[in-house]
Amino acid sequence: MPLLTDTKALLLGFWTTWKHIFRRPVTIEYPDEKRVPYPRFRARIVLTRDPDGGERCVACYLCSAACPVDCISMQAAETDNGRRFAAWFRINFSRCIFCGLCAEACPTMAIQMTPDYEICKREIMDLVYEKEDLLISGCGKDPEYNFYRHAGIGVVNRRGGNPDEEPPVDPRSLMP
Amino acid sequence: MSNATLDIILLLAKIALVFFVILTMAAYLVLAERRILAWIQDRKGPNRVGPQGLLQPLADVIKMLTKEDVRPAGADKWLFYLAPAMAAIPAILTFAVIPFGAPVILFGRELPLVISDLNVGLLFFMALSSIAVYGVAIGGWASNSKYALLGSIRGLAQLISYELSMGLSLVPAVMLSRSFRLSDIVNAQAHVPFIVYQPLAFIIFLISIAAECKRIPFDLPEAEGELVAGFHTEYSGMRFGLFFVGEYINVIVLGGLAASFFLGGWHGPWLPAPVWFIVKVLAFAVFFIWMRGTLPRLRYDQLMHFGWKVLTPLALINILVTGWWLMLR
Repeated sequence: MPLLTDTKALLLGFWTTWKHIFRRPVTIEYPDEKRVPYPRFRARIVLTRDPDGGERCVACYLCSAACPVDCISMQAAETDNGRRFAAWFRINFSRCIFCGLCAEACPTMAIQMTPDYEICKREIMDLVYEKEDLLISGCGKDPEYNFYRHAGIGVVNRRGGNPDEEPPVDPRSLMP
Repeated sequence: MSNATLDIILLLAKIALVFFVILTMAAYLVLAERRILAWIQDRKGPNRVGPQGLLQPLADVIKMLTKEDVRPAGADKWLFYLAPAMAAIPAILTFAVIPFGAPVILFGRELPLVISDLNVGLLFFMALSSIAVYGVAIGGWASNSKYALLGSIRGLAQLISYELSMGLSLVPAVMLSRSFRLSDIVNAQAHVPFIVYQPLAFIIFLISIAAECKRIPFDLPEAEGELVAGFHTEYSGMRFGLFFVGEYINVIVLGGLAASFFLGGWHGPWLPAPVWFIVKVLAFAVFFIWMRGTLPRLRYDQLMHFGWKVLTPLALINILVTGWWLMLR
């Protein structure tokens, strides 16, 4: 009988909403109480340093290439001993969608996501972070990792100067 | 001071008191609606302005009054400006016939706690509730906007669907109390409220007044999902506020009427009469808010179907049965 089922459905609906009146609201009243994000929460991006205190970033442009909204830009440069670094490094947080692809792409663990989600500014230009704003003094999530211990040995000693290494070859000499 | 002067002063004081109480209640009903609706949806609702958001109505009034009063190009100027008042005034006027307490003795004379105890009070209410829809119809028409016009057409279609069943559901109350005067109807329920004899008429009246004050599930003229805001789409500032306040005054007034017709009005044990009246009115208001948080909006044809094919025949049968019962008693 439709009348009975309809009435039952109606009363069930009223009962459900009545119960919810007395349920605790799920609201977090933001400025007063702040949610603690999970450690892997993706928010403000930082540039980390290796355990020896050097910059991890080797300005390889992979993060910039991976970025779907093109908010990362930099200029690569080299020190006297051949070690690469970013002359300037800029992240435009007004474009950033916090997808984390840059951190995934980074071969040296330099660029990392932090759980600090409170980046609101009144001026949109204040959201463009330069290298000195991005660089932190710590190692971030992987404190042991040092890129130059695994690769780029030639930077510390001149190329070909290490044991078990051939001297560099002039590629033009190999031409037929 | 002559007797006539004292009478006039007392009457004006009564009107001012009723005005103040109703407008305050309407303003706080908005807050109550927002809070209760929020609780139903597991939210907190407005709680920033003052303790527990209690100053929110004041902030809303300031906002409404300082907003720009926009009149769309091509709108009918006078009708556009008049319509909000035409929606709010009948709602307030209806309260004139509702008794909200037992007569009190003041300055050696009996003061009935009703502004005007008309002997055709029920008909007066029916007439005003029909007039109230002119505000909706004219407001929507004068706005020169598709959505507003569709809203006002729906308002009219809704009126002819529920008005008849609303009138018919009140007939048994008149038959039982043998009077159109609201104070007689209330006094006839001094011992047993009519809801005991007339549960069906009460339910029909409850559904009809939900349609009368254009609340979910019968908010077809506003239908923010379909018609932007329906008949008041083009209104801004205090003119919109007047529509809004009129709606909440309507909730209070219709709650008062439902209490008077079926729940025994101000009659009740222990508490003083006006308190009982306000408690009953607020119960209806809370029920309407609760209903808004529960039910989805009916479709246009569903409302017509429901009004004409279900409520009206039921009300007619109810009248017949009541007549037989009164005759056999």
